[in-house]
Formats: sequence, structure tokens, C-alpha cells
Amino acid sequence: MTRKFEGADQESLDLLKRMKESGIESSFDRYDAQQPQCGYGTIGLCCRHCQMGPCNVDPFGKGPQKGVCGADANTIAARHFVRYVAAGTAAHSDHGRSVAELLIATARGEAPGYKITDTTKLFEVAKVFDVSTKDRKIEEIAEEVGEMALAEFGKAYGTQRFTSRAPINRQKLWEKLNITPRAIDREVTESMHRTGMGTDQDYKNLIMQACRTAMADGWGGAMIATELQDILFGTPKPTRGSTNLGVIKEDEINILVHGHEPQMSEMVAVASSDPELLKEAEAAGAKGISIAGICCTANEMLMRHGVPMAGHMKMQEMAIATGAVEVIAVDIQCVMQGDEELSRNYHTKLITTSPKAKIIGAEHIEINDENAYEKGKEIVRMAIKNYPNRDKTKVYIPKGKKSAAVVGFTHETIKYMLGGKFRASYRPLNDNIMNGRIRGVAGVVGCTSAISWPDQLPYMDLVNALVANNILVVQTGCAAAECAREGMMIPEFMEKAGDGLREVCEAVGIPPVLHVGSCVDNSRILISCSEMVKEGGLGNDISELPVAGVCLDWMHEKALAIGQYFVSSGVFTIFGSKSPAAGAPELDKFLSEGLEDIVGGKWAFEPDVDKVVKLVIDNIEKKRDALGINEKKERKLYDMEDRRALSID
Amino acid sequence: MSRIIATAAIRGAHSIVKQAEEKLREAIESKGKDTKVEYPDTGYYLPIIYSATAFEVKTLGDCEEALGHARALLPPIPEEKTYLPYLGWALDAGMATLFAEEVIEACKYLIGPNPVGGIWLGAATDVILRERGIEFVDGTAPGFAAVVGAAPTNEIAVQIARELQEKNLYIFISGNTDGKSFAEQLDEEGVQLGWETRLVPFGKNITSTIYSLGFANKAALSFGGIKPADFTRNLIYNKNRIFAFVMALGEVDDEKYANAAGAINYGFPTIADTDIPAILPTGVCTYEHVVPLITHDKIVEKCIEVRGLKVAAAKVDIPVSYGPAFEGERIRKDDMQIEIGGPGTPAFEYVVMRDNSEIEDGKVEVVGPDMDEMEQGPGKSLGIYVEVSGRKMQSEFEPIFERRTHHFLGEAQGFFHMGQRDIIRHRMSKDAYNKGFRILHIGKIIHAKYHEEYGALLDKVQVTLYTNKEDVEKKLDEVKAAFHERDERALGMTDASVNQFYSCTLCQSFAPSHVCIISPERSGLCGAVSWLDGKAGYEITPTGPNQPIEKGKIIDEKLGLWEGANDFLYQASNKEFEQVSMYSMVTNPMTSCGCFECISAMLPMTNGIMTVDRDFTGMTPCGMKFSTLAGTVGGGIQTPGFVGHSKFYMSSSKFISGDGGLARQVWMPKQLKDEIGDAISEAAEEAGLEDFLNKIADETIAQTEEEVLEYMQKVNHPALAMEPMF
Repeated sequence: MTRKFEGADQESLDLLKRMKESGIESSFDRYDAQQPQCGYGTIGLCCRHCQMGPCNVDPFGKGPQKGVCGADANTIAARHFVRYVAAGTAAHSDHGRSVAELLIATARGEAPGYKITDTTKLFEVAKVFDVSTKDRKIEEIAEEVGEMALAEFGKAYGTQRFTSRAPINRQKLWEKLNITPRAIDREVTESMHRTGMGTDQDYKNLIMQACRTAMADGWGGAMIATELQDILFGTPKPTRGSTNLGVIKEDEINILVHGHEPQMSEMVAVASSDPELLKEAEAAGAKGISIAGICCTANEMLMRHGVPMAGHMKMQEMAIATGAVEVIAVDIQCVMQGDEELSRNYHTKLITTSPKAKIIGAEHIEINDENAYEKGKEIVRMAIKNYPNRDKTKVYIPKGKKSAAVVGFTHETIKYMLGGKFRASYRPLNDNIMNGRIRGVAGVVGCTSAISWPDQLPYMDLVNALVANNILVVQTGCAAAECAREGMMIPEFMEKAGDGLREVCEAVGIPPVLHVGSCVDNSRILISCSEMVKEGGLGNDISELPVAGVCLDWMHEKALAIGQYFVSSGVFTIFGSKSPAAGAPELDKFLSEGLEDIVGGKWAFEPDVDKVVKLVIDNIEKKRDALGINEKKERKLYDMEDRRALSID
Repeated sequence: MSRIIATAAIRGAHSIVKQAEEKLREAIESKGKDTKVEYPDTGYYLPIIYSATAFEVKTLGDCEEALGHARALLPPIPEEKTYLPYLGWALDAGMATLFAEEVIEACKYLIGPNPVGGIWLGAATDVILRERGIEFVDGTAPGFAAVVGAAPTNEIAVQIARELQEKNLYIFISGNTDGKSFAEQLDEEGVQLGWETRLVPFGKNITSTIYSLGFANKAALSFGGIKPADFTRNLIYNKNRIFAFVMALGEVDDEKYANAAGAINYGFPTIADTDIPAILPTGVCTYEHVVPLITHDKIVEKCIEVRGLKVAAAKVDIPVSYGPAFEGERIRKDDMQIEIGGPGTPAFEYVVMRDNSEIEDGKVEVVGPDMDEMEQGPGKSLGIYVEVSGRKMQSEFEPIFERRTHHFLGEAQGFFHMGQRDIIRHRMSKDAYNKGFRILHIGKIIHAKYHEEYGALLDKVQVTLYTNKEDVEKKLDEVKAAFHERDERALGMTDASVNQFYSCTLCQSFAPSHVCIISPERSGLCGAVSWLDGKAGYEITPTGPNQPIEKGKIIDEKLGLWEGANDFLYQASNKEFEQVSMYSMVTNPMTSCGCFECISAMLPMTNGIMTVDRDFTGMTPCGMKFSTLAGTVGGGIQTPGFVGHSKFYMSSSKFISGDGGLARQVWMPKQLKDEIGDAISEAAEEAGLEDFLNKIADETIAQTEEEVLEYMQKVNHPALAMEPMF
């Protein structure tokens, strides 16, 4: 395949071109080498779950239509789908589990370097968990909250406690459908069991298990990760930060932190301002120590501390290829093994830090709750020592752009920014959706990957079109990072918004594209949706809200888990690929139509960005029509009787 | 463009907080930290700070802490570019502004310049709050306009003020534009200012805007049953109940923006006549937040639309303005065209029920000359003879209708109404005369207003206005006979003589478990609803707040316990209360809303009770001022040992008769004693108590419970010999 080195993301293209010229391989090269990829696997028709297989079903109807055991296309593709969801759920949830363990260790004083930062959040979670806060020490409360959170993974009875935050009607529906998630590990285990040979062979039944499992992620593991991280590291508030490769400094020691959990990156960041280490850095001839993030670690660090974001998942290689990175420290998820070989082309040291995620050839410095700060310092010191090895002839930091971004729009800060300390609420958001200034809200989230050559920026195109159509956009994960890089997360970007949305942005002082966090922080969007329902005027369930979710360049199983929990929570969710069940027409139809009648949300798979825009708008207008808010209404003037009828609570 | 507003408001807030710190430093330097600081006659301390934080500012030292709250709320000033969200900040800056301004104004009371002086009234006392605040609750006043700045000309100022008055709004005036205030403009044009005319000049400095918002806060605390520190609810109460707005006239500077931001927290939008940025999206306020560039002939209408207010202005076809705001207007001798009644001049107003066939609706006739043929001056005879009919009309309602004439006529601009029955004394102004107002219009007003308010009872209203002295005298014989008959009938009406009591649950909008039970011998605690009013109220709106209560079986005659009353209470209080004693303040007393004219409280040491009315602002022997007592007793609860009631009830033979009756009365304010002394003496005599009024102590005799006891012993008060109250 011939690639053009000109296009939307010129900086990435310049770096890829340099790599190409130096004979250095990238994930894009490997992606090209993989073409054509397995046709059966792409559309969900390859079954490898038992040793009678692998079995394929011929999508054109000529070859076999069943596997050896008799499983048909629907069963095979549904099993595949459920396992994707289970793996994604496992990923977020295992992340959540480490945070719960860290909270307990911190509360017990066994995690030096960490502290309980946000007691407001602690009390809020304690309330959801029925943990008493009266006359108790913060540490005691935190320990019990941590224990309770940990129990959510393996408890023998009961359902996920955070589901009580959903609108009442939603909870009742889940109960009726028997898909309120039970213990997280149980749902993952059961999914693995049911998708093995000879168990669940009814695709609808399998998909309902995918619903329950995914919700053990969104309303379980991921939410635990988000909320407990807020308790430990602080709930993000609107913060100014900078993004893009330009944040890598030519004259400073550069440490990239990459992965997902803030545990490691927080400590590296703290260590980097250690006066002793700063002196060492100076002695090594550097002007300072610069930390920058990649992938969701970047999102976490950016929104809590304004630590610059070098880039999203597919830019990890480009960041290394600047030749100016002394150390790239990684923990879990979305770290490419190719980074190891790549870093050997430069002086860069790849350091793995999690016992769950090692890479052959990388240096392993294991970070745990007890030693985190010391190990953080060790990593920084290693970077200082490595600085003299930087080969200046290989250094190329694109100077074109360094994009500013305003980030940190959590559920809590949205409430505050809409009403201040005393009138904090979602009322202004709901009101302006109801009066049509804002048509609706779209969550644009998820991965970036080698699937898209950087001559196109699909998220940018999508978000541009949505805001122009007066749709407020909330973003997480690498999708957020892409738009931040393109300068779409500064308030001035409101000029690109439709008139109504711009007016609201102007009134509040926000960009029309809100950065909500990392990929576990999609749970924040669930809470925001629930709050919109509770605020009133937009129906009684999330499925009535004029909202939609989109992920374009999805690659990780986590994305499918996220999509599935949004669908199960009542949200129309569009993924920008061909359907992973395209080979099983009945299952495909069930995902994109049948599910809506059951859970209120449904899937669409659509690779064409323009069509995605239309799907979002059409869905939002459909929901608006159903709510009756598209009808032109006279301004209501209130007499005494009307006023008495207004609630003051 | 609202970044400009937010930036200006935040800048303004920083400046005002700094001013407050300086003013406070000055006050502390000259008076010392321990010096008491307060607004006159209030139990709500500095009301905004108290509402928001429950912090009771009592000394200058406390002010420092209050300013600490303000400082903590102050946000940074938004950057020019890549700014952080500023709406929440601007709202917080607004609150910081209000906290700081309360401190500034409080210091002014101590070290000057005195907020009260000339036309300026300063803080509203709790007496005014109770008197006027209730109008916001019952809907008489739909809200208030906080007018800040000044109009371009005095003429425009008057025009705007009149238009606001016609909408029944209160007009709270503060601040100035280039040294000129809206209130001064009105004053220069001879417009009467004051609470009576609803044109309230708080102060010339922008910081006096807090008196408007403080009033709103106090209304929520006292009528909304909202607790201090439950500030979000207080603000939402204001958003959804008190329909106020800010009218900004003239240039809006940083400090005015800061105040506007404070007001937006309450849901009060700003409408300006100048070209300032707009904030149109809705959410914190009901509709828009800031609307600029409205011309003066449209500004009142626009304010009302932006606030989302429906004003039911009376449609009375007369050549002068009409509305409650004009009721308080005085007419001085020099401004008077004619005076009706007065010593030696026969005059009356009278309402009588007729058969439907006897009268003609809308017929208004002046028998004798109208004003064109009268000389200017006093001594004019007038008989206002009103005949009404209707299928649901009852002759019992005649006095109710007649009494309402006072309000209905008084609300015409340039008409001053005084007295009732055959002792009336009305004045009409030259101004009204020049605008074309004549005696005929008295009939027009009565016809229109009776239909508007009592349409459910009345079919026809006919008014004859006699202006010849001889005619009036002739009619007076008939009228006086009717008054006499009515009095006889009223005397005969007792709790025992009726089968039904009436409820009044009007105040449940703010005190959800409150149920007034009104009997012939115990009127509603607000003093405004008698048993007959309740009956008429039920006839007018059968599903309304006045419902008949079948007394049912008597359970305890002494305490006044009836099965029917209990059942009604249980349901109507949302199952909060099960029993009500009509005649006891000790055992299951009636609930109290917040509108009571008086509160009675036991003084255990004396074996008696004290009563304080809401006009008395001093300390009472029970150790609490009226406002503190009101906070304890009000809110729709039963508080054994305390009860809210009307003044009228004190002279009833059923006044706490279950607890020993009037003989328990040991203390009341002197002014109340003067006001209703005759009625009390009469009731005492009937109860066999001799020289009783003089045995009741007042604040000039006793200020503490011990002193009351001492006085009782001196005068041998009968309560001393009574059995214990409990």
C-alpha cells in the first residue's frame, strides 16, 4: 500500500516519514503488512473456542453454514461479541480493583506517598455504599469504602451498588430483564463459561449476558476506578493544559508516562519535582524534568494536574520517534510491544512497572502501593542518567502546534460551572436542551489506532460537524486527546459552534467540546446522563434523552464493553467500523434494532463519518420529537397559582 | 460576550470585598471588635450571611469572619484567552459581593454615613417584613423591581414608577447613575415614596442593593420555612416564589455587575436600558439572565416578560392609575380637591342584598351634583349605597363586601379612603380631578371590583351615590338601622350557635402542615379571615383553602376538642397532627403558620401568659423578641405553651378559655394595650375580672419575668391564685 505523507495530521505524517526514511517500523507498517486481514474473523464468523475447530461459516452461503458442533453464524458471532465485552470489562475492572486496593492501603497508612485528597467524594461514595460517616475518622471511612468497593468484584450475593445512581425507571427495567450486574468477576466468569463450547447457544440470551457483563464494567469496575481515583488524587476541575508532541522539550529531560492507572504516573510526577533530582538534572545539563502523558494516563494527568499530553494511543510511536524521550514508563493496556524495538532505535528506555504487564526487552521496575514514591524517583533518576545519551541528530520535535486545552469537566464540575456554589445544578443544561439552543449531547469517545492513516482525522471531522449542528460534545479517552490536539477544547472554539450552542458556551465560558476524562471515566458520562434525567424535563429514563454515543477508530475490547454498557443503559451507540457481527445477519439486526425494544438503546456500525453525523442528529431529533420539546411553545407566564405549584426543593 | 459581564462582575466583587475590609477596619479602629453590630429591629442578623451560612453576625469581630466567607468565594478574574468557565465563578462573585455589602452597610449604621436619612430608609425591619412580606406570599404583590441607577429624565422615572406600581410590584430603589438616583428623581417630582406606596428608597449607594436581596432572604426564612444555611433552597424559593428582577437604568459599572450577579443567584434577571452584553440562555433564572438595550416605554413590560411574570392588573375603567401600590398614598390638604365626610358632615357607605329582579347590573347613578359642580374643599356629603344580588349571595356577606370598599377605593390613585360605615372620611386629589376622576367613578370601581373578586357569588351590582346632604341624611336612618341589626346578629353568633367551622389552609404553600380552624369566636391567626370570611370564601371557591368543617361530636368542651375538627386536621395536615384544642395553648394548640398578628407564650414563673404583637420590636419577658418567637412557633407546627393568634381573639370569651382564659394575661406591649384595651376591658368585665387592664404589665412596667411577677404581686393579679397551667 502506498501511503501519502501529507494530510490532516502533518506532524504525525512528518514523523512517520522520518521513521520510514530511517527504516524504522511503525504500527502502520505492520497494519499494512497484515492486509488483507482474515475475512471470517472481521465479521465474527471464526470460532476458536474448542479443539474441534477453528470453524468458519461462509458468509456467502456456499460453504459450511455451521461449525462442527452445529453452532450457527449467530451463535459464533454472539460468543465472539460476548468475549470481547468480557475482556473489556475485565480490563477496566482489574484497573478498578487496583485502585480499591490502593485506597485501602492508603487508609491503613501502608501506602506512603499516597493520601486521601477528596473527602467530599469520599462521603458521596460512602453514602452510595451505605458506609456510615458519622463521628468517624476519614481513614476509617476510606478503608471501609475501599473494602466495600473490593467486595463488588467477588461478592456472593447482590448486585452492583452504583446501579442505584441510575434513574429509577432504568433500575426497574434492569431488574425486570434480570440484567442488573452482580459481582464483576462473576459476570466475566459467567460470560467466559457461556461462550465456551456447548453452553449458551441462543444469540439473544448471549447478548443479554453481554449487557449484564458490560454494566458490571460501566456501573461497576470502571465507576469504582473513577470514583476511587477521585478520592485518592482529587476530582478534576476545569484546568488549562497543553497537548501535542510539542510538549516534549528539546532542552529538558523528557519522561513519558503511558498506560492507564494514575498510581504510577502520579508518583513519577511527584518525584520529578524533587529538589534533589532537579539538581541532578541540572548537573546533567538539562533545564529541567518534563513529564508528558500518552493515552489515558495522559488524560488522567492532564485533567487533574495540567500535566501536558503528548498524544493519544496511536501517537506513542511518534512520541518515541522524536528522539528526545529519555524514558517511557508504562503500566497497563494499550502499550504496544513494538515500542520496545522502536525505542532501541533511540536512546529511549522503555520501563514496565506493573507485574501484570511485562515486555521482553524492556526494563522492569515494579511499582506497588508501598514503594511507589521510591520507585518513581528511581525512574526519574534513570531518565536523568540517560539524558547524556540523547543523540541530537535524531531529535525531531514538530514545532507546528502546541495546542492549549481546557479540560476537567467532570459531573461535579459541570454542576458547579452551571450555577456556582449555591445554585449548582444541571438545570441550565436541561433548559437549553429543552428550548433547543442545544439540540442534544453526543459522547464521542474511544480509541485511536493504526486503522486510520493520519492524513485523516475522523474524530475532528465528526466533532466539527456535531458542534456546528448545536450538539454539545463530551469526550473521553484517545478520542478526546485527538480533538484536544486540534485545538477544539478551548473556549474560543465556540466560534465554530451553531448559534444556539455558542450562546450557551458564551454564557458559561466553556468550549463546545468537553473533556471528561480517560476511558474508565465514561462512567462519569453515565452519571451525567442520570443527573440530566433526575433534573427533570427530559423524560424519565436515559433512553428518553436526546443523546448518542460514538466511537470511530475502536480497536480495544474495552471499547466494545463501553459501547455495550451505554446501549444497555439506553443510549444509541454508533461505532465507526463494520459490525463485528456483520456475518450473522440476525444477530446484527438484533444489535441494531431488536435491542432497542428491550433496553431502549441500540447499536449502529457505520464507517462513513458523514453518515455517523446524520445518525447522531436523526436520533437526537427523534428523541426530541418524542419528548415533545421540538414543538414551539409560548413563553409561560406565572401567576400566583402557577408559582405555588413550583417546587422549591 | 458574557465573559465581559463575568469579568466585570468578578472585578466588581473584588473591589467591593476590599471596600468592606477597609470599612470594617475603620469601624474596628474607632469602636473596637466587641462592638455590637446589627440592622435595626431584626432577628435575622445580617440576613444574607445568616441565610447562607447560619452564621450570626453580632459584633464587628464577627464581621471579620463573615468577610472571610466572602473572600473564600472570590474567584480569579477570567483570562482573556483560553479562559476557564466563568459562570459559576461570576455567581459566586455575586454572593461574595452581597456578603461584603452587608458588612459595609452594617458598619455604616455604626460609624456613618447613616443609611437612614432624608428620603432613604435603610434596612427593612421585621415588622415591615411581616406586614409586607405576607403580600408576596398571598400574591397581593407578585414580586419586586430592584431599580438601580437613574432614568435619563425625571419624567421617565415617574412614568416607569407608575407603570411598575400599576403592576402591583414593589419598587426597591438603590444606587445611582452619575450621582443621581431614581428615588431622588421621583422625590423631585413630588411622588410619595415609602413602603405605603411600594416605592421604597433603600439607599443611594450601590451597596444598599443588599436591602432588596436581604428582604428576599428574610421572606424565604420567615414565610418559606427555610432554615438558615439551607441556602440553595432559599435561592430556589426566591426563584420560584418571589418574582423579582433588576432594572438597571444608566451605565452599568463593575460594581453594579457584581450586584447583578448576586441577584442572578436568586433567579432575578437584569434588564437594562443601556447597550451592555446579553446573557440569553436560560437556567439559573427562569428565562433570560441579562437583557440589554430596552427603551423606556417598553422596559416594564420587558422586565415582566423576562421574569416570566403574569400580572393580573385590575381592569377598572377610570381615568387614574389603579393598584394596591396607590392605597398608601396620602393626600395633603393643599393637594385635595374635595373631602367627603368628617365631623358634622353626614356620609356613609353601605352594602345591601337585594333580589335579582330588583336591581340592574352596572347601573351607577349620581343623585345630586358631581364634582364639577362642587367647590374645592372639605365638608362634602356622600352616601355610597351599593345593592347587590346573586343566587349564592347571603345577607351575612354584606359586611364583608362593605369592608372591602376600603381597599377597592383606596387603590385608585388620588383617592384616600378612611373609616367605614357612617364614619367615613375620604379625600380626592386635585391631580385625580384634573385627570377626570369624578364621584361617578366610585361606583364604577365598586362595580368592577365586586365582580372581579366575588363573581362567584354576585350577579348584579348597582351603585347609587347620593351627594345632596338631605338625601344622605334621609338614607342614613335606614342604613343605621341595618348596622344596628347586624351588630346584634354578630353578637349572637358564638361557637356553640353554629354547626360548622371553616378551615383556612392558604398558608400551606409555605407551611405545609398548617391548618387554621376558624370559628365565630376565634378568627384566623392573621386577623384577616373571620368565620364569615371563611364561609364566603368557601362559597366563592368551593375547592379553595376555606372548607367547611362539621364540628361533629364534642370530645372535651373545656379544651374545645371536636371530632370533626380533629378529623379535618389529620387529613389537612398531611397526617402530621391528630388533635386540635380550639381553646387551649397548652394541650394540642392550633398550628401556627407565620402570619400571626400576635404570639402568646407561657411565663411559667407567673402562672400566666404574655402576648406580643408583631409591631413590638423590643425584648419580651420570655427572653425572646417577636421575630425569635415567630421562628420558634411558626412553620406549621404545634408548640405547646405557645400559640399564634389574631388580636381580635384576645377579647373573645373563648381566648384560651381551656387554660383559664383572659385571667392568665400578665404582660403585653403598651401600644397593643392602648389599641385593643377597650375590648379587653369589656371582655374582662364580662368574665368578672375587675380593673383587669391595669393589672396587665407592659414594657414600661416590667421587662423580665421576675419584674412581671413582682408587679403581679403588687396589683394582686388573678393568675396568682389560679391552678397551675400544666
